Amino acid sequence: MSNEDYLKDISEIKNLMNKSSRFISLSGLSGVLAGIYALIGAAFTYWLVINYSDGILYIFHGWVFWSSMSILLIVALLSVITGIILTTRKAKKNNEKIWDNSSRRLLFNFLIPLVVGGVYCIIILSQGRYGQTGGLMLIFYGLALVSASKYSIGDIKYLGYIEIVLGLIASYYPGFGFWLWILGFGIMHIVYGTWMHFKYDRKP
Amino acid sequence: MSIINNINKAFDHRIRLGIMSILMVNEYADFNMLKELLGATDGNLASHTKALEKAEYISVEKQFIGRKPNTRYSTTKLGRTAFKKHIEALEKLINKQ
Repeated sequence: MSNEDYLKDISEIKNLMNKSSRFISLSGLSGVLAGIYALIGAAFTYWLVINYSDGILYIFHGWVFWSSMSILLIVALLSVITGIILTTRKAKKNNEKIWDNSSRRLLFNFLIPLVVGGVYCIIILSQGRYGQTGGLMLIFYGLALVSASKYSIGDIKYLGYIEIVLGLIASYYPGFGFWLWILGFGIMHIVYGTWMHFKYDRKP
Repeated sequence: MSIINNINKAFDHRIRLGIMSILMVNEYADFNMLKELLGATDGNLASHTKALEKAEYISVEKQFIGRKPNTRYSTTKLGRTAFKKHIEALEKLINKQ
């Protein structure tokens, strides 16, 4: 073999390693915490609606609408911050870089469906079709997970499938949207995060 | 002389090199993932995985996912060391000129 062949070998090795590596330092614990935030946020919204609105869980009025939107935003923000902190910590422990090709690819593929879904939800809300948002959030989040699963721990796609099914049910029965949202974002996150934690995080 | 000795015959093929590269950065990979990434045919890939398995550089795990058989591969400790040595030898060879 000539020198050029060896060089070609090396560039091929690099290329394949890059293409196939997945970002595996996702923290299961951050999923559990995100679920808990979602449950607290939902409980608070429920309390607001029961006490200050007319008790219908898919038609919010005036300031109750805006405060429940703020709660949603806070829950999302807290979950993202927790996710970043815990994942960074785990990546350090695994000697994995937090910002490299594999994590960039993961984030990119996760964000495309999520951002599209977010914008779509805002449009739907601006048209006053509040009942649809719970289902839409679940569907797009599920799609984001399925899309991201190819670049990370493959198991998160099952969570994605579950979220999509819950989202479709919620779209058909908008009256249950609130409860399905709690099931999808709260309880499923806790169940799944716990499972991930014991399957991956505990390993030496 | 010793440099040439470290060039490992078992890795002297594009597909085998590819299999090892993928398995070095993944906990495991199944047959279809390797096939996709390497653009190899079933028979071709199977013969190369068999060769690496024989050298005890990779381990093979056969299981069923539902009813479908699924074969997944991972590197052995021996394989990782051998591959690292091979890469170092390649580097040295190139740097020498």
